[in-house]
Amino acid sequence: MSKNGGVLSPGTYFMMGNFACVEAAIMAGCRLFAGYPITPSSEIFERACTRFPQVGGYAVEMEDEIASMAALVGASYAGSKVMTATSGPGFSLMMENIGLAFMMEAPSVVVNVQRGGPSTGVPTLVGQGDMMQARWGTHGDTEMIAYCPSSVQEFFDLTIQAFNTAEKFRTPVFVMADQVVGMMSERLRVPPIEEIEIVERLAAKPPGSSDLGLPFDYSRDFVPMPIAGTGCRVNVESLTHDSRGYPSTEHSVSQAMMAHLLGKIRNHASEIWRWQEYLVDDADVVVIAYGSTARSALSAVKAARSKQIKAGLLRLITPWPFPDKIVEKISSRVNTIVVPEINYGQMIHPIRENSKCPVVGVNLAPGTLIEPRTITDALELVA
Amino acid sequence: MTTPQLAAGGREIKVSAHSRDRLIRAHRLPNIWCPGCGIGIVLEAYTRVLEKSNIPPERQVAISGIGCTGRFAGYLDLDSYHTTHGRAIAFATGMSVANPDLEIFVIAGDGDISTIGGNHLIHAARRNVDINVIMVNNFNYGMTGGQHGATTPTGAKTYTSPYGNVESPFNIPYLVAAAGASFVARWTTIHANQLFKAIRRMTEVEGFTFLEVISPCPPTFGELNGFPEALDTMKYFREKSVVDDGADLRTLPITMHPEDPLVVGNFVDKRRESYQELLRQMQLRASGVGHQ
Ligand SMILES: Cc1ncc(C[n+]2csc(CCOP(=O)(O)OP(=O)(O)O)c2C)c(N)n1
Ligand code: SF4
Repeated sequence: MSKNGGVLSPGTYFMMGNFACVEAAIMAGCRLFAGYPITPSSEIFERACTRFPQVGGYAVEMEDEIASMAALVGASYAGSKVMTATSGPGFSLMMENIGLAFMMEAPSVVVNVQRGGPSTGVPTLVGQGDMMQARWGTHGDTEMIAYCPSSVQEFFDLTIQAFNTAEKFRTPVFVMADQVVGMMSERLRVPPIEEIEIVERLAAKPPGSSDLGLPFDYSRDFVPMPIAGTGCRVNVESLTHDSRGYPSTEHSVSQAMMAHLLGKIRNHASEIWRWQEYLVDDADVVVIAYGSTARSALSAVKAARSKQIKAGLLRLITPWPFPDKIVEKISSRVNTIVVPEINYGQMIHPIRENSKCPVVGVNLAPGTLIEPRTITDALELVA
Repeated sequence: MTTPQLAAGGREIKVSAHSRDRLIRAHRLPNIWCPGCGIGIVLEAYTRVLEKSNIPPERQVAISGIGCTGRFAGYLDLDSYHTTHGRAIAFATGMSVANPDLEIFVIAGDGDISTIGGNHLIHAARRNVDINVIMVNNFNYGMTGGQHGATTPTGAKTYTSPYGNVESPFNIPYLVAAAGASFVARWTTIHANQLFKAIRRMTEVEGFTFLEVISPCPPTFGELNGFPEALDTMKYFREKSVVDDGADLRTLPITMHPEDPLVVGNFVDKRRESYQELLRQMQLRASGVGHQ
């Protein structure tokens, strides 16, 4: 192993987004990757196969995405920080076991480099069509946490953030990149590892130790995780379970468990929210965008300002949990909100639901970026 | 634990504890299984192995999928996991790669392991992942009320094959052996001792080990196919079982026909590097190569 324990040396790099994601995962302490190749996420998997064994980890190629996600939940319970990377069709296959990770409270990071859909769609080209799948893709009531990077640097930073959030909340966390962010190369600044905040897993102490609590204690938001092989000897259930982990059909148990699973995220949503505002304070019209589209939106806002249109940008970094209060606040002081997306209207729904002003979409079929021009035209129209 | 009272021949036998209590969540009993179900016999054999084994309970892990057999793991006082339908082997693969020191058993139904999870089964055998799989074969989906699956004999009646199953069942030992498993066995639930020995052997053999246990399911498969009581199935097992460790694996399909034999035995027991071993070697080759 090279100096630094094999993690990327601090410095400035010119790197592809997908590669930056792997380096970030390694810095965050992830040592197990289970995946199945799919464009445009495959470089993440390929680089993980080279890099993980160098740092004492493994990247394993499973038989499909169903197996990959199931393997991650198992590996997470063996004490590892774990990740996978995929795109739309693979994300769909992972959904059942993403639900399992949520139910078992197994920290795991799922990177989705979005391409065009539905179905096999346009595999090599950009899309933003999995935003609702991230929120609602699995069955039952869940709260999913997701980050949307707009640059290579942010893909790096948010991957580390995703691991930290997954560990803290004991839950699956998504990094919803898109093909443009995943495959472009740009400047990446890697700080010394000492400057990076890394959240370590809170592991349950085995019996005999004084603080052995209930493995699924519903009276607390953050409960230590009983890791396999450490003597906790806990039943971990996919069925609705009580705080001992035992399955139950009692309605009171279902209620307590759901309150815990949803509450631990809902009660802390405002800590999770991340967003960026640009010229919003005096704006009459605000663009709300995310991912690569937010870069076009920024240019569009600048162009609109040069035409004396008071435009601003709200960039959603955490689409989920949806930052309703932020959108509500901004929408109460502007005339119109414009939502450009490379889909036929996904994030526009929660935005509209939480807005006090009219909301219009600028929508494009997957396969190409929304050009700044198109958004500026829309701004001129509504201003 | 509380003191169970067992009625036997009109007498009452008081038992304060059972030697297997430390491996069972006795406070969760009674279990959900029907009278005459074979799953309990597998639990008995498995816990007997654990009791006699030198592997401390802290290192032992039981993983199940969904279904009647899927409840197996939950009754064990080990690190136990009730996962999603068909995915127990994939879950176990991730867990065993992350911590190769764990002694992992997957115990699940035939629907789970060979039908919905068939792909994971052959790939885990191919990779020779160091886990142990016990497949309880009752020829149908018990928990969902008796539908046919990949092990249901041709012609058998189930609620989704009311005119007789038109499909051919997998010959499971042949399939798993061909895929590359290190140990492959089949026994029925009347072979208590052989079950014990086979499971014990699974803890010794490194790599992917597999045991098919032919098991009665009176209320669904049995009811529709001439084995309405568990005893009828057990009688068939006793009369028709042929022990042949060296059997030609191609001749092993099960018909459950009154005329046909049921070949059982420990068919494969060989040494091949496990997936974990190969991963470790690969990791050694990779370490020292600096990042690019
Ligand atoms: C993805 C999915 N599909 C279907 C089911 C419904 N289901 C529950 S148990 C079961 C069958 C289990 O059969 P088997 O594995 O043979 O176990 P047995 O009950 O016979 O022991 C099915 C299909 C499910 N839980 N999940
Ligand atoms: S339905 Fe069949 S497999 Fe399920 S518990 Fe009853 S006898 Fe056992």
